Amino acid sequence: MPDATGLELIARRLRKQIGARAVVATSFLRGQATLELRAPAVGDALRFLHDDSQEPFDFLASLHGCDYFPEEPRLGVHYQLLSRERAERLGVRTRLRVEAAEVPSVVDLYPGADFQEREVYDFFGINFAGHPDLRRILMPEDYQGHPQRRDFPIGGEPVLFTHNEHKLPRWYE
Amino acid sequence: MSSRGAGGVDGSRQGRAAVGDPLAVPYREREQSVTLARMGEPVYGSEAEALADVETELFTVNMGPHHPATHGVLRLLLTLEGEVVRELIPLIGYVHTGIEKSCETQSYWKVIPFVERMDYLSYYFNAQAFCMSVEHLLDEEVPRRAQYLRVMHLELNRIASHLFWLGTSALDVGAISMLWYALRDREMIMDLFEMSSGARMHTRYLQVGGVFQDLPPGWDAKCREFIATMPTRLDQYEAILDRNEIFLQRMKGVGIVSRETMLGLGVTGPLLRATGDPWDLRKAMPYSSYEDFDFRIPVGTVGDNYDRYRVRMAEMRESVKIVEQALDGLPEGPYITNNRKVALPPRHELATSMEALIHHFKLVTEGFRVPPGEAYTAVESPRGELGCFVLADGSSRPARVHMRDPSFVNLQALSQMAEGSLIADLIASIAMLDPVLGGIDR
Repeated sequence: MPDATGLELIARRLRKQIGARAVVATSFLRGQATLELRAPAVGDALRFLHDDSQEPFDFLASLHGCDYFPEEPRLGVHYQLLSRERAERLGVRTRLRVEAAEVPSVVDLYPGADFQEREVYDFFGINFAGHPDLRRILMPEDYQGHPQRRDFPIGGEPVLFTHNEHKLPRWYE
Repeated sequence: MSSRGAGGVDGSRQGRAAVGDPLAVPYREREQSVTLARMGEPVYGSEAEALADVETELFTVNMGPHHPATHGVLRLLLTLEGEVVRELIPLIGYVHTGIEKSCETQSYWKVIPFVERMDYLSYYFNAQAFCMSVEHLLDEEVPRRAQYLRVMHLELNRIASHLFWLGTSALDVGAISMLWYALRDREMIMDLFEMSSGARMHTRYLQVGGVFQDLPPGWDAKCREFIATMPTRLDQYEAILDRNEIFLQRMKGVGIVSRETMLGLGVTGPLLRATGDPWDLRKAMPYSSYEDFDFRIPVGTVGDNYDRYRVRMAEMRESVKIVEQALDGLPEGPYITNNRKVALPPRHELATSMEALIHHFKLVTEGFRVPPGEAYTAVESPRGELGCFVLADGSSRPARVHMRDPSFVNLQALSQMAEGSLIADLIASIAMLDPVLGGIDR
């Protein structure tokens, strides 16, 4: 893990390279370093961290979404970057409003982000601009809504069986 | 399904218009639109040009979701040229049960049985990843004895998972007897789990702050019996498989993927180590006292199916060594933290101490509260990096639990492994990928 000072240095270099407003905040909690970025800057910032000559983070361990309901901006996308050489992790986080839920895709940098971005799109309705094939991945293709959002209720869904098929009008649509 | 959208959110249609509205395509035609539109010109090699007068056509078939060789309900959309796989698209989600969503309605200690059911062959690892995240948020120290007990069970679970992989993979290429041998040894591990926790699978043995209870009398002797047997058994299995010509033909030189490609795809675990990359979280970022143990990381050289097989076989031997060291060096002390705000008080105290009774009552009814924050912790599961992200909002229930499941990420490498090979090689490659669909779909 980069220590608290290292995290600030990374944030300073990002501000210099990408723009003064790219980094919103930094947080360092019990050894876990996290950068919070503005959503449009995520693509450039991850490219910089990926190719950085001093401290590259060339492996994307995990990409996941979360919902901070009832806080605003509600949605969040988290990137867990990993430097295998230095055995360091760096969390990158961005917060999005539901009305403007779009971040740049990082599939060209990290091809492994393909399925994970589709999963976040599926469950949170976050659009990844530039993703080659943004479709639902775990929910059915015709599913409505994004079930991992906190205001999406649990249970109460009609499940299709032969015995109740006639009770679900126009299910095939 | 108009009636399904009852819970939809106002903003849920936001992103959709921008990606070309998949709902505009009729449902029954959507699967076709996935492939035919994207396929483009078929790729023909030089041989095909020589046989230009021979009529060739591409053939699309579904493999799965209930094909016995797909290790679960994995569905593959194959585009075949004769018997050669030209394009492979994995379609998943057939056992998606919304475990991550369900976790948000449970108090922290009740989440453990849920996450254990994700990757159902490596349940101890799921629980370990989740408990580490919660312990990180609580800033809770795990006693050393509990860490050693965890390591013992994790490594036994790794052996059990690899044994199941070994049996089913050999079965896929026709070595049926391997299945019975491997499951026989797995039974010994299941018996050990049953002794220590009362359950054979999904044991809920790991708890936040430690483990559920100490080892029962007789566990030590039974475990040493297993440790003594296992290396010999592995020798026997290698003797069976390493001279099996059918097995070797499906393994050697098949499904080669380079180290760079694997790293780009985020692949970890035995698949990555088979390409010669010694990346193992137990060594690189030790957790739960793994730095105390002496073990080696097996790596491959070529990165083909045979290397993946050898790496997993060698890993089982190393795990046996770790279990033995943990048994020998098991420290004295408590098996769970003494913090009564997190761990249940000992049963006997309930009869005498009012305070213990109150703690017990609060923990069982409401559960413990976790201060707001977020944590991502990762462990080395039998299939690679298993990460758990927990978002706490200050209540006694997590606001988000996400598992970075290695099977889910590793599945992206399957098309690289199988495209251009025969269908029979594809079966072997799926087996060597070792996907667990419960973990992929969650």
